[in-house]
Amino acid sequence: MTHADVDYSDVQGLVRFGYKRMTEAVYVLVRVKDARAAKTWLQSAPITSAVEMAPPPVAALHVAFSAPGLQALGVPASVLAGFSAEFLAGMTSENRTRRLGDVGDNAPLAWDWGGNTSTAPHLVVMFLSEPESGGVDAFMRRTTGPLWPDAFHELRRLGTADLDGREPFGFADGLSQPEIDWAQRRDPTADQLDYGNIAALGEFLLGYRNEYGKYTDRPLIDAGVTTADVLPAEDAPEKRDLGRNGTYLVMRQLRQDVRGFWQFVNARAGGNSADAEALAAAFVGRTRDGDPLVPPTSHAMAGTTTKPDAAHLNQFTFDSDPTGARCPFGAHIRRANPRNADYPGRPAGLRKLLATLGLGRQTVLEDLMSSVRFHRILRRGREYGPELSPQEALLPAPPNDPERGLQFICLNANISRQFEFLQNAWIMNTKFSGMTGESDALLGNREPIPGCADTGGFSRPGDGTVCRRVSKLPQFVTVRGGAYFFLPSLRAIRFLASA
Amino acid sequence: MVLAPIDPPREAELRGLLASMNHAPGRVNPENALFPFAKFDTVHVARFLVVDDKTTEDVRVYGQTPGTYPLYLAFLGDVDGDGDDFLMAASRLASSGLRAIFSCCQGFGAETDLLEWMRSHSVAPAANYVNWRGRTVRRAREEAALHDAVVRYLDDNAATVAALTPRQAHAAVRQYVQSETHAGRLTLSPDPATPFGWQVRNALHLVGVPLAALILSPVIIPIALITLLRLRSLEKTDQELCSRVDPAHSDALALLEDHDVTNQFTAMGSLKPGIARRWMAMSAFFIIDYGARHLFTHGNLGRVRTIHFARWVFLDGRKRAVFMSNYDGSLESYMDDFINKVGYGLNLAFSGGVGYPSTRWLLLDGCHDERKFKEYLRRHQLPTQVWYKAYPGLTAVDLERNGRIRKGLESSALSDRETREWVALL
Repeated sequence: MTHADVDYSDVQGLVRFGYKRMTEAVYVLVRVKDARAAKTWLQSAPITSAVEMAPPPVAALHVAFSAPGLQALGVPASVLAGFSAEFLAGMTSENRTRRLGDVGDNAPLAWDWGGNTSTAPHLVVMFLSEPESGGVDAFMRRTTGPLWPDAFHELRRLGTADLDGREPFGFADGLSQPEIDWAQRRDPTADQLDYGNIAALGEFLLGYRNEYGKYTDRPLIDAGVTTADVLPAEDAPEKRDLGRNGTYLVMRQLRQDVRGFWQFVNARAGGNSADAEALAAAFVGRTRDGDPLVPPTSHAMAGTTTKPDAAHLNQFTFDSDPTGARCPFGAHIRRANPRNADYPGRPAGLRKLLATLGLGRQTVLEDLMSSVRFHRILRRGREYGPELSPQEALLPAPPNDPERGLQFICLNANISRQFEFLQNAWIMNTKFSGMTGESDALLGNREPIPGCADTGGFSRPGDGTVCRRVSKLPQFVTVRGGAYFFLPSLRAIRFLASA
Repeated sequence: MVLAPIDPPREAELRGLLASMNHAPGRVNPENALFPFAKFDTVHVARFLVVDDKTTEDVRVYGQTPGTYPLYLAFLGDVDGDGDDFLMAASRLASSGLRAIFSCCQGFGAETDLLEWMRSHSVAPAANYVNWRGRTVRRAREEAALHDAVVRYLDDNAATVAALTPRQAHAAVRQYVQSETHAGRLTLSPDPATPFGWQVRNALHLVGVPLAALILSPVIIPIALITLLRLRSLEKTDQELCSRVDPAHSDALALLEDHDVTNQFTAMGSLKPGIARRWMAMSAFFIIDYGARHLFTHGNLGRVRTIHFARWVFLDGRKRAVFMSNYDGSLESYMDDFINKVGYGLNLAFSGGVGYPSTRWLLLDGCHDERKFKEYLRRHQLPTQVWYKAYPGLTAVDLERNGRIRKGLESSALSDRETREWVALL
């Protein structure tokens, strides 16, 4: 099978780059005030492509649209209908809030934005910049221009902070990202017996083959004059693929109770700071510096070696820790990425046949999880709020203690199979990996479920000793807003901005 | 499963009655006045639903005129012991409620004998799956209480327990559980004896089926080969009906889902026409039923660990079939689990349905077109108006773990490895 090379000039750069050097960023949530003015602004907006440039750009602009946003721009219903069901329904539909854990204090009713139709953003416009020459403020002023106030009503400017690669609790973050198989060299339709960090292009970019070797939902429209610029669909050449080179973007504002986190951990450690660090590391699955609690694999692992000095931070699986004694099953990184393959234990020959049939299972924990390669996300979020060290966090909060947290952003071609599955089946699931009565130590909402009043536990299995259980974890992270967006290709933006 | 045509003018009334059995859509009231599920200590899961197939028009792709089927009411449950014993108990303990419900069906009057009527409207499944053969409701609940008590004990004595070797920990918990049992705070009843007749029948079935297949193989093999070749040629022209589902349909289903860690699922559709297809569907269900009865009896169906109970039932002279299951997790993870782990089984079980994503040699492709498969399944799914589960909050894996904890406690002679594995369960 041959594939056309990806035209990077058509892809928004956010898909390919994390822009680490652009330490300043503002995400502006807007509603369309005047569709014509909004389109005019979009036509001339200097949206950054994924082309690698030398020297690299000092600032970047990205734009993504929610379903109500596309509607406000006048996208016909017939075109809208081609987008995925979850994108159209939005993050706050009734059943979805239960699945995502957006209940109790996380319920959309209490959100700062996105919780109801009047606070639902139409677009998120992302401004990123290096700090030099005025930084992001100057870049925003230059880029918004005189049309902006006529075009958009600003709902919110979500600020970000540069915490030097750490999230607000103080842990190194963003260490594990899937590597996109841009050249589409790997055949994802074959059984994958080893965990690998390379993901099919179609998992992160619409219009290409995904891990099933198939295409994901996106609008295919009849070719016509106004669609001339839009690329044809790979799987239906007579149609134009509005999704091609675009993807879906999930955004959630997550407030982090940094003081609550360290005060809880410290209290449970009886004030012993080393024990507190160890407990916090068990919650995360890494030390604060990012070292995983399990040793690296001896062999190189596909897709983890692009940065050799950081390879040990990502070149590991949990195969070496079947009891969870080193890294608890409920640790955040083990929930978010169990690092498993299509089959447990690399079976071959007759053993593989038996494994396929499900015969010969021995233990309770065997083969519980689904294969992670269908459930990866590309994280592009940034922190907000001032830094607070674990020591400072032990002090009582001053009046007007500023809010801290994460502007969580992730990219995926199939929101329901990637972000929602991850959030529902692994992060929030009180039954993850055969456990019961506990959800993610960091993100869990601690809400009771039927038959299980207490979901605030955390198990630290021993190796031959009885599991130590931490109980009554408070809620450390609260959802403050969220929405699903479509991050279109540059051609698609031109199409949306025309007519 | 009791299946009866609804008296058309009474449909709305019936739906009202069913709704009255819930606290809210998707959340049953176990003590509801019509059928107080909680009174039945042998019922694992049960449901009432209106069998409302919206896809009967699909057979037009084969040039057939859609049949005019009655709208059915289905009442089914998975129970311990004999199904008929359950019907007797139901007609005794919930007589007035069941009479009110069934009076909305054709041929049920004030004079009708409830038990006889339910018996005469019973439909046997073509295939049936039980996650753990022999685990009664009582045992599931007692073992859950055991698990909770042990966890509490370990939490309360964390400091002392942490220093124990696996063997010491096992002994300590064992002693604690024994004292709790003596004090009457924990009950671990012995399982009721499996009837001798059942064991004999089961053993005969286990041996008899392969034996019969062997004896008949000179006939079966040529027929199977011809059928297979015929099916392969049919597969190439079968039409897929996997269009996007109407969001309103999907939302109505979603309203009933994800209230417990376990969900109900009901789907139905028309079967592809022709003798080859019919033989295929019948053999597929037969194989699944045999496998479920003899091979997959303790905690997994193929590689899938999340199904409590499932059954397939033919309807209307094998023109249609309905599938009902009780699974852990959300629908998305259920479908993913299936596609990735038992895609071949899914294709075997469902490719007889009109519009199923194209298969190759029965087992290949099909559901591996994830998007089409998910739309297909959602499109054929029906709302289950009333659904009850005897142990909310417990997954099939929970039940298995609790059972293993108990089993380990009942033995004083575990090997070192077994002791370590047992301690890891806690």
